[in-house]
Amino acid sequence: MKYMTPYESPFYFVILGLAFIPIIVQLIRGKRMLWYQNSVTVLFLVISFGGVNLRQGIALLVYVFFELLLAYSYFHYRQKRNSQFIFYLAVILAIAPLVIVKTTPLIRHHPSFIGFLGISYLTFKSVQMVMEMRDGFVKEFHLGRYTQFLLFFPTISSGPIDRYRRFEKELLTPPTREHYLELLNKGIQNIFMGCLYKFILGFLLGNELLPYIKNLALSEGGFSIALLGYMYVYSFYLFFDFAGYSLFAIGTSYLLGYETPINFNKPFLSPNIKEFWNRWHMSLSFWFRDYVYMRLMFTFMKKKVFKSKVTTSNVGYFVLFLLMGAWHGLTWYYLVYGFYHAMMICLNDAWLRFKKKHKKRIPSNRLTKAFAIFLTFHVVCFSFLIFSGFLDTLIHLPFR
Amino acid sequence: METQDKVLAILEEITGTDEVRDNLEVELFDEGLLDSLGSVQLLVELESEFAIEVPVSEFERSEWATPQKIIEQVVRLQE
Repeated sequence: MKYMTPYESPFYFVILGLAFIPIIVQLIRGKRMLWYQNSVTVLFLVISFGGVNLRQGIALLVYVFFELLLAYSYFHYRQKRNSQFIFYLAVILAIAPLVIVKTTPLIRHHPSFIGFLGISYLTFKSVQMVMEMRDGFVKEFHLGRYTQFLLFFPTISSGPIDRYRRFEKELLTPPTREHYLELLNKGIQNIFMGCLYKFILGFLLGNELLPYIKNLALSEGGFSIALLGYMYVYSFYLFFDFAGYSLFAIGTSYLLGYETPINFNKPFLSPNIKEFWNRWHMSLSFWFRDYVYMRLMFTFMKKKVFKSKVTTSNVGYFVLFLLMGAWHGLTWYYLVYGFYHAMMICLNDAWLRFKKKHKKRIPSNRLTKAFAIFLTFHVVCFSFLIFSGFLDTLIHLPFR
Repeated sequence: METQDKVLAILEEITGTDEVRDNLEVELFDEGLLDSLGSVQLLVELESEFAIEVPVSEFERSEWATPQKIIEQVVRLQE
């Protein structure tokens, strides 16, 4: 048997296509075959987490069991009581495995044995569940549905991050025939588009152009034109690689009759940083917006922690982006990446306030709009240069 | 009608424009009148004004997108 990570090679898609035939036929007839869909899930989990990856597979099983137990216990507790302390404790416990996985390499210099591909994405789903339970929106806790939500294999390795209430609705009611035919069409389109993005553009940029320009920048050393080139190439590589993966995950979900949220919406054409985060890795930034930023703002405002609205919001941005940076990994460049974006979004907000006040005196036309897109693009590309870790390599280069 | 007036007064203060009064169907998020911060402020003020509870996870943007929709939500939550 051949073991593969999701969407790794064209062969993966061949198996996918074959295994999906009964599902597609039944969905066209307006029916969900959950028992078969779950068997396919098991098959694809074995393909990705079995054999050579079995250690990860066991870690995944233990992790899911732990999160199910946590959600189950918290749900039953929440039916009777609602203490803030227990809520925080539940959130901390839900995040704990991920924190251990992220910090172990710093201390012991090897990856943690409880880690597996996709643990960060499953953690987003688990934390979300605890928070929605706190708010009283999960009226009944259904172990089976929650397991299917956590283990939904098209998005298991890197998202997009779905929402439980949305997913559950679709699990219980299959799309109508007309709607499904539309999804089928869009799903196939997404998968082909994903091939173009990831296997062609992403591959050419990442495997051909990037190593070449990297060597050039290394031989030049310091700040050079080649480094600037590296910045552009890396940014486009990052986009095509991840947007391509996301198209695969979304397209595959569509074929199964689930409308997994989209992840990218022409991010490089954003006119400002705020808008950029509404278009880049959207399911992640919306998660941080809804479950970190908005909640924090709500607490701050209700308890009147800060006098000014601007301070409140800026503190919220720093918490959000530093957390996001730390989530990517505990290295200086991810943290600086978070810090940089927090700073840029605060600046962006200040500018928007200024613009609102002096509406009449600031020109707004096609030229200013083009300039805004150009500027945003470069601010973003520079952040990806930090993110790439290449500056770290460059700094550690021995002096010649 | 009292509810409507109170909601509109809060919206007017948060968005800083009386546009919300003139057009109850204006798309608050699309027009840039409301953002995440504005919507949290809205929730906090609605809570204290109407003694209703609106948890942040209830806040689905599409259901709160226009002044009219917000008024309807408040009426619904008051019941």
